[in-house]
Amino acid sequence: MTTVDDRSVAEAEIGRDRRRKEDARLITGRTRWTDNITLTGMVHLAMVRSPFAHARVTGIDTAAAKQSAGVVAVLTGPELGEEMGVLINAWPITPDQVTPVHTPMAVDRVAFAGEIVAVVAARSAAEARDAAELVDVDYEELPAAVDLKEAAAATPENGGALAHPDLGTNKSALWIFDSAEAGTGSDVEEAIARARTDGVVIEREFRQQRLIPAFMEPRSTVVDPTGEQLTVWSATQIPHVLRFAMAATLGIPESKLRVIAPDVGGGFGGKLQLTPEEWLTVALARRLGKPVKYTETRSESLMSAHHGRDQWQKLTLSATKDGTVTGLKVELLADLGAYVAIVGGGVPVLGAFMFNAIYKFPAYHFACQTVLTNKTWTDAYRGAGRPEATFGIERMMDELAAELGVDPLEVREKNWIKHEEFPFTTVAGLEYDSGHYEAATERAKELFEYDDLRSEQRRRRESGDPVQLGIGVSTFTEMCGLAPSRVLGSLDYGAGGWESAQVRMLATGTVEVVTGASAHGQGHETAFSQIVADRLGVPFEDVEVLHGDTQVAPKGLDTYGSRSLVVGGEALVKASDKVIEKAKPVAAHLLEASVEDLEFRAGTFSVRGTEAGISIQDVAGAVFAAHNLPDGMEPSLDSDATYDPVNFSYPHGTHLCAVEVDTETGQVRMRKYVACDDVGTIINPLIVSGQVHGGLVQGIAQALWEEAVFDESGTLVSGSFVDYLLPTAADTISFDLDHTVTPSLTNSLGTKGVGEAGTIASTPAVVNAVVDALRPLGVEDVTMPCTPQRVWQAIHGAGSGGSTPGAAMPHFESGGAAGNQEQPGASSTEGAGQ
Amino acid sequence: MTRIKLTVDGMAVSDDVEPRTLLVHYLREQLGKTGTVVGCDTSNCGACTVHLDGQSVKSCNVLAVQADGGEITTIEGLADTVPDRADGQLHPVQEAFRECHGLQCGYCTPGMIMASVDLLNRNPHPTEQEIREGLEGNLCRCTGYHNIVRAVQYAAEGEQP
Ligand code: FES
Ligand code: FES
Repeated sequence: MTTVDDRSVAEAEIGRDRRRKEDARLITGRTRWTDNITLTGMVHLAMVRSPFAHARVTGIDTAAAKQSAGVVAVLTGPELGEEMGVLINAWPITPDQVTPVHTPMAVDRVAFAGEIVAVVAARSAAEARDAAELVDVDYEELPAAVDLKEAAAATPENGGALAHPDLGTNKSALWIFDSAEAGTGSDVEEAIARARTDGVVIEREFRQQRLIPAFMEPRSTVVDPTGEQLTVWSATQIPHVLRFAMAATLGIPESKLRVIAPDVGGGFGGKLQLTPEEWLTVALARRLGKPVKYTETRSESLMSAHHGRDQWQKLTLSATKDGTVTGLKVELLADLGAYVAIVGGGVPVLGAFMFNAIYKFPAYHFACQTVLTNKTWTDAYRGAGRPEATFGIERMMDELAAELGVDPLEVREKNWIKHEEFPFTTVAGLEYDSGHYEAATERAKELFEYDDLRSEQRRRRESGDPVQLGIGVSTFTEMCGLAPSRVLGSLDYGAGGWESAQVRMLATGTVEVVTGASAHGQGHETAFSQIVADRLGVPFEDVEVLHGDTQVAPKGLDTYGSRSLVVGGEALVKASDKVIEKAKPVAAHLLEASVEDLEFRAGTFSVRGTEAGISIQDVAGAVFAAHNLPDGMEPSLDSDATYDPVNFSYPHGTHLCAVEVDTETGQVRMRKYVACDDVGTIINPLIVSGQVHGGLVQGIAQALWEEAVFDESGTLVSGSFVDYLLPTAADTISFDLDHTVTPSLTNSLGTKGVGEAGTIASTPAVVNAVVDALRPLGVEDVTMPCTPQRVWQAIHGAGSGGSTPGAAMPHFESGGAAGNQEQPGASSTEGAGQ
Repeated sequence: MTRIKLTVDGMAVSDDVEPRTLLVHYLREQLGKTGTVVGCDTSNCGACTVHLDGQSVKSCNVLAVQADGGEITTIEGLADTVPDRADGQLHPVQEAFRECHGLQCGYCTPGMIMASVDLLNRNPHPTEQEIREGLEGNLCRCTGYHNIVRAVQYAAEGEQP
């Protein structure tokens, strides 16, 4: 059997920086975005959305809209009724989770600004939009639960605003993990009590601001009801999950549904959703019997596609005086927005396994209270729970280092798992299979010229330079390859975590590979071709990867959580191996040899000790003809495999960031960024570095620029690209990347996943750098995004910089230099305790 | 309705358009030039960038009637502008984006390539900073711009980045 290792380096596809197969179409405009699809007789939709965060809908007058030119239909929630189905949460994190009913269109009450109250169908998109303007809706405003902390504290008794008054509470679920209870560690309260008398206790509260995924392709859905199957094209990451959920909630047999994700322009978790717009497009197509298209505008996308992050994190870390951490206590408030989305409260729960990061903490307690508010719903955004956790712990490790007056890398090294200690079972109960934190850190320091930059920092500090240098460290790990189905089951997630693949040998020797993963920019067609080309020993060009259509790839669980390569790639390997096993007896038959004497190498079966051989592609031709096969053999080499991972994979890395902070203006300038990641075996280094670059900028953007800001009435203020600051080329710098490699031991390729690494690692690296620059000035935190104004305020004693002007979620009332930090004893993260 | 006449990717066209029709909608919906895409409604993203009389414009920021009499090049016709082009040959900037992995999902790419071509026409040997500032009007959410900058450098130098 061929394995990667026994092929010569020159011919190995794995590890080669192949240019992408996808690009030929994308760079010439030969694309199939959903909005490009036009079908004869197609009708276009426009949505009428609530301008209010919370209101009763007292009347909708659609008469004028119905008279408007080109209008086919105008429908409201009560008119569509059950036809529109319902949207589901796939992960109730506790048995008693409070989950509001989420209909695709409001029936009598809206719970966030942007919620749909009526839908217009017309001959053209412009006519639909014109008519939508004419729909007259009467609202009776209700008090809106906007601020996360206030929402968590609201009760019917204290008169606080409730996002859904009928539920009687804004608290959705409280999810707790305790290492003493789970038997994975000791009691955290004891550890903290001990450290209070004889050690160090660090207590901090951090804000994870709300972000918007802001994929570049607005979401779009086309539904064609004119065939036997209802065909749905959607700009989604999850065509298979979508088909399942539509079948389950719309009363359409699954076999009558075909879902296609054609070219999809980015997702980052933002297209891992079951959306009201998709459900309504299906409902209208069924009702009208015509193909229907809906494409959102960017403003609609920013307002109504789900947001990410949005937590308050209250952290308590205990350590001995030499810097050995003895316990970590995490209390989170997580904002769900108006509804519990498909993953919903599961996002912060994923973070529960990552707060302990790469460290050997003996005691750990995690509690997360999810909270409903009258804002856009939240769900996965690149990293989903893990960036939040990594930010929290990596900021805390820097705070511990500062408290002890030691280098932040030293305190990390004291606590991290040494390479000889793998496999290591963590205090959160996961088994890390492999890693080498020392090596990645060493390499990153070298690339960064760490000691030189520290000297420069010292010089600038001593000379009182108005421009101070800050150095930020982030030694992260993450759990990828979502996920072992049994683990998902134990967490009450509604599905498994396997992935499926098919390998079809065509008569002419080319190979069709079908994957249940659904790419939207990741380069699967290229990387998966490399894997199969290597495994089968066929040319890279002869492999065609098919995906994203339930008719072509009937089984799959799609793309998110850095799972495609780790889980989907392994399924490909298994399917390829089955092809080889099936081909072997045919080859033996044709070579008139016994199966035992055959070896398979570089695509050829040969008889040991002879010159005789036949390529697998020729075997495929012989099987197609089926003239001369072993007796009783089925004339097919086609194979499929479904792989359920046995563990997560755990990429890690050391990221170092240098920033220059102008203490007179508060301006932060990126000077240097080094990332040394260990993502296990690398299939295509070009694609891997692209993933890291893009991830880095998304994480850096959280640290410095991006925030979804709501005013106190619950209106999204940052509702266009004018106000929501996506970084441009001019804001960013070039990065220095390298890799160390410890292969994953739980899959045969040794891959670990890379899609989210950059985003997870970079946010704390940047904020740590900003704080590091300012620490001599008494600053110990700057609230994200670290805008010049916040940095300036932090320097001038106004704490961590205060809230974004117009923000509905005021950060801490600034009170002297302690700023962001609350008074000891006060519990501002109310409800997240035990 | 207003009658407009223009050339799009080398093809002479003459159509009636509503005065409010944006150039990008005319290209996509009336001409089927779906290679050019829409990413925003505030003229911030640059995904819709095309060339009008040799200069890059955001086609969501131009009315179709304003392009009357003009010559438009979209991503679909860009390669045809290469002099003495061999069959299947790409424009050097398209080739550079492929070579340097300057795209992932590819949604920003048509606009990014058209903007880069214009940038290089105006400044054939830009510095990294000039490239970054020159592409400021084009957003990409996937690449972090690192390889887009490499691609423009590669196209400028005609050699390995
Ligand atoms: S669509 Fe033209 S700039 Fe965004
Ligand atoms: S490649 Fe996806 S937005 Fe640029």
